[in-house]
Amino acid sequence: MTTENQFSLVRYYAAGARTGFQRDLQYRMATFMVLVGFLIEPVVYLSVWSAVARAQGGMVGGFDEGQLAAYYVVWTLVRVYNTAFDPKAWEWRIRQGRINTFLSQPVHMFHRDFSFFMGSKIAWTILWIPIAVVLTLVFRPSIEWHVVNVAAFAIAIWGGYAVRFLVLYVMGMINFWTTRGAAMFGIVSALELIFSGRLVPLQLLPDWAESISTWLPFRWTFQFPIEVLIGRLDATQIAAGIGYQAAWAAGLGLLFTVVWRRAIRRYEAVGN
Amino acid sequence: MDDPVIAEGLTKTFKVPVREAGLRESVKSLFRRQFRYVEAVKEVGFRIPAGEIVGFLGPNGAGKTTTIKMLTGLLHPTSGDARVLGYQPWKRDKDLLRRIALVMGQRNNLQWDLPAADSFLLNKAIYGVPDGVFRERLDDYVDRLEVGALLDKPVRNLSLGERMKMEIIAAMLHGPEVVFLDEPTIGLDVTMQRRLRQFVLDQNKEEGVTVLLTSHYMADVSALAERVIVINQGSLLYDGALTGLSNRFSSHKTIRVEASDLPADLDGLGRVVDRNSAQATLEVERDRVSEVASKLLSAATVTDLSIEDPPLEEVIDRVFSGR
Repeated sequence: MTTENQFSLVRYYAAGARTGFQRDLQYRMATFMVLVGFLIEPVVYLSVWSAVARAQGGMVGGFDEGQLAAYYVVWTLVRVYNTAFDPKAWEWRIRQGRINTFLSQPVHMFHRDFSFFMGSKIAWTILWIPIAVVLTLVFRPSIEWHVVNVAAFAIAIWGGYAVRFLVLYVMGMINFWTTRGAAMFGIVSALELIFSGRLVPLQLLPDWAESISTWLPFRWTFQFPIEVLIGRLDATQIAAGIGYQAAWAAGLGLLFTVVWRRAIRRYEAVGN
Repeated sequence: MDDPVIAEGLTKTFKVPVREAGLRESVKSLFRRQFRYVEAVKEVGFRIPAGEIVGFLGPNGAGKTTTIKMLTGLLHPTSGDARVLGYQPWKRDKDLLRRIALVMGQRNNLQWDLPAADSFLLNKAIYGVPDGVFRERLDDYVDRLEVGALLDKPVRNLSLGERMKMEIIAAMLHGPEVVFLDEPTIGLDVTMQRRLRQFVLDQNKEEGVTVLLTSHYMADVSALAERVIVINQGSLLYDGALTGLSNRFSSHKTIRVEASDLPADLDGLGRVVDRNSAQATLEVERDRVSEVASKLLSAATVTDLSIEDPPLEEVIDRVFSGR
């Protein structure tokens, strides 16, 4: 009865992405409200730093008010692309025995989750557009549009997604050793908030903090794509940033492969 | 060709943290955690030839699901070996995973928020099912399970029975050679149970699918399986014909007799379960059945007499309770 196998990873990614896209469009109102919720954080940051810039004669850390507005408007889109399957979800998935189905299928669940979130991003981006229009009218961001920057941004934002997805996926593996892995996620999230550029542009932090951020993955998932689009990086810096992303993705992918083999041996969903 | 499912000395021991109740024990466990080892499956071995449906029976916690999880690659055994379609399942070879299916009645494997049709398309991509084959099978299964009108309804809006039909379709679309069904009819009404049973039986007869089925409903087992494997407290108790289960575990048979002149005293023949003026039901020890039947035939003008094994539920209850 077995059918001749015509599996193709590309076709699978298309199907997974379509499912994620459909799922999030199905709940478009809920998705839209989450996006609106995302706005509170950058609007607070923007208000504070704009006030600081005005108090300092219009500039802070090399950003004027228009550039700060641009930073935080693009921030909202990058934030969407930074959402991924987090360790709390892994904890739930393992405790409930929900991974049984995925493990009994011939496609690695990494591909399932990665493609699903890719589709989800497309749906979120569509819903983000009206929000971006309103933010632009209210905050008047100044962006110097260059085709090269837009093209590089398209790569950098997906690169950022890949790196953050892998960071969270590797952290999710902790749940195979303890079913309380979410606790550690809290600590890493706090570090990420500072060293990614999510709280403030890294140029506004002390030099030592900015130096540390270069050697952590978070900057390359968050601030780097923003800076690419708003035109604060030259071609060399863009190429280097994409290189950092590729290196982190490769390193984390390798780490995940090693940890996964051990994790799956630990999987003992007794009673599930 | 070797049997598609082979288990040899399959054993799974879980390390489980233990702590007594109370604040003091909570604090103590911070410094010194204690564990105990639970043998969920002990040296279980069996073989299932191609095209056979086998009922896998046992009370809750007997080790059925753990065994199935080892056979589908979800768990590594502590010791022992298994081969499914020639592969060690826990190595999770893609070729093996493409050729088997697992349906867990208490699990939702479909996309909860989307119509089942979308999950079927996802499964098509997962298993690389060609377009024509997919369409042909889907039409056939949808027709047989009468779910055409439900295909575009989100899974969360389906009833339990409707959802289980969709689960079974999703599991069969890639044409698995071996199917593990873990309580597929749990919580379903009798009609729905019958539909699903018939579908599984048809797949077995028409496509030669090998099935290992666990169920607490004896109607599932007796309708589908000629052979049963009984497991209790992790150990295999019985592996053989369903009809042989009574011989092995039940020491008595039931004799029903109808006669207008039944003797007043039947106590010496067996335990009287029920009687009125014209009929009686007796529970008789197996080795006395012929003797008691002859005595009844000679003592009264018998119009009907039947000898039956006790109901399967009763036999299973005896097995599990060790009576």
